[in-house]
Amino acid sequence: MDLILQGIVEAFRLLVSFDPEVMGIAWLSLKVSGLATLLSLVIGISTGTLVALTTFPGKKIVVSVVNTGMGLPPVVVGLFVSIFLWRNGPLGFLELLYTPAAMVIAQSVIATPIVMGITIGAMQNLPAGLRLQILALGATRTQLVWMLIKEARLPLMAGVMAGFGGVISEVGASIMVGGNVQGYTRVLTTATVMETGRGNFDIAIALSVILLFFCFVINYLLTLIQQRERPR
Amino acid sequence: MTQAVLDLKELRVYRGGVQVLDIPSFSLQENEFLSLIGPNGAGKSTLLLAIMGLVKRQSGSLHYRGEQVRSDARWLEIRRKMAMVLQEPLLFDTTVYDNVASGLRIRGFARSELRNRVMGYLERFNLADMAQRSARKLSGGEARRVSLARAFAVEPELIFFDEPFANLDPPTRQSLTEDMDRIIRENGIAAVLVTHDQSEALRMSNRIVVMNDGAIVQSGPPAEVMNRPVNEFVANFVGMETILEAVVLRNERQHVTLSVGGQEIDTVGEVAGEEVYCCIRPENVTVSVGTSNGQTSARNVYRARILDIASMGPFLKLRLDCGFVLTSYVTRESFAELALYEGKEVCASFKATSVHLIPKRASLVQAGI
Repeated sequence: MDLILQGIVEAFRLLVSFDPEVMGIAWLSLKVSGLATLLSLVIGISTGTLVALTTFPGKKIVVSVVNTGMGLPPVVVGLFVSIFLWRNGPLGFLELLYTPAAMVIAQSVIATPIVMGITIGAMQNLPAGLRLQILALGATRTQLVWMLIKEARLPLMAGVMAGFGGVISEVGASIMVGGNVQGYTRVLTTATVMETGRGNFDIAIALSVILLFFCFVINYLLTLIQQRERPR
Repeated sequence: MTQAVLDLKELRVYRGGVQVLDIPSFSLQENEFLSLIGPNGAGKSTLLLAIMGLVKRQSGSLHYRGEQVRSDARWLEIRRKMAMVLQEPLLFDTTVYDNVASGLRIRGFARSELRNRVMGYLERFNLADMAQRSARKLSGGEARRVSLARAFAVEPELIFFDEPFANLDPPTRQSLTEDMDRIIRENGIAAVLVTHDQSEALRMSNRIVVMNDGAIVQSGPPAEVMNRPVNEFVANFVGMETILEAVVLRNERQHVTLSVGGQEIDTVGEVAGEEVYCCIRPENVTVSVGTSNGQTSARNVYRARILDIASMGPFLKLRLDCGFVLTSYVTRESFAELALYEGKEVCASFKATSVHLIPKRASLVQAGI
């Protein structure tokens, strides 16, 4: 119990003192996971909308694959991204392994099926006649897609939360493709693993508390937006 | 009614390899109010969607005000001259104001013009005080009102209603129908109403089109469709409760005598062929008690026995055996005054002019036999 309390006190001290190393790690965590979420939103919402709105042979298989991808183990993603970015791998010439960019790529791969799956579900849950009603109002195809995305914005916001929550808290892929290099690719989760390994439980708890705090703040802000969206 | 707003030719639509629409010709005139009636699955909604270019057509051409619509871009332009109200209100998850504005935003209206137009239609539909309310928190009637305002706000030249007031209570339905009718007449636009309510179709339309199995079976003024159905299907559908297979005994000088179940029926008019369907609307059959020798101008008077009685809201439906089975409607007041009951002997009469004859071959032709 003392250990936990000590950790919380240490976290509070690190936060209020703006500890440069902790702040750097936290900022990098936000940057990497924020960018990865953004990337996954662009890819996941567009492809998810396409899958939801079109009919093609094997659609059920595609949706099942996407749903399976929603629970993709980060270490498996880390392994395959590492293989692709490895010096002799297909994308080795980009020299991205052990860089924040590699972490963004790996986290995007983790978050994209989550966003895509939630997008497909959200689009398919819209009323059956809504597409017809929008077209009957004189919409072009582009206007139709935009209006449907707007209609599904609340469940899509849940997709943003789930995607961001999934990547900021993952450790396997980040450690494999980022390497936990101090001051360069060290993020809150990889630092927590390292400090736990070293037996520095107070710092590990402090980093975990900061991680939880970030998750809460981001989700709280998104919830506020979600709630404000609905007219009274 | 002079110029055709739209003219559709040789329209065929298939779904899953099955032909769901086969319309050789369909047109709508300026200021015309047309009602489409027919059983579920007759193709009424598909016809509206085909006119708007929202279903894939295997064949067919559309002329809008004389100009043939060829490209997808032109279809979109034409669609923007139309509006459609579907069975469900299908409002967007935003305010009432934004819902009414949606069609105008799609058309790229400038903000001030859009605001004036939207406020104008909110006023006309008595929605101004709920402009900022969430469309998701409206009652069924309010939601339908918003969907009407949204459709009318784009000021279409042509408007389609696909059973817009289904599942609403009668007072709400009546109020919305009155609003819809008023604004259609104020704006002077052509309209097509898909409805299952034949009294609504009768009351509002200049023309009724009856559809069945993806085809137009009959088209004409309401009185003609209701009283002079072209075949047995239409007769059944428009509520000709009595449809009898009859043989023509005499056919001379506009006076036709039929034989049905051992009885004779006098009618007027012309009919070709020996075998006909004899159609009589239940409201044209009078029931009385006592002898059949009373003074009446009705040519057809029979002794009858009441087979059964069914309640139909404000009136009762009697099935009478007079050698053939005849259906009659009587009000609850008449029912009580005449002390009617099942098995009672009564007198049933109807005029020769209230009988409509359909040559049997017309039905066979319509059925494609």
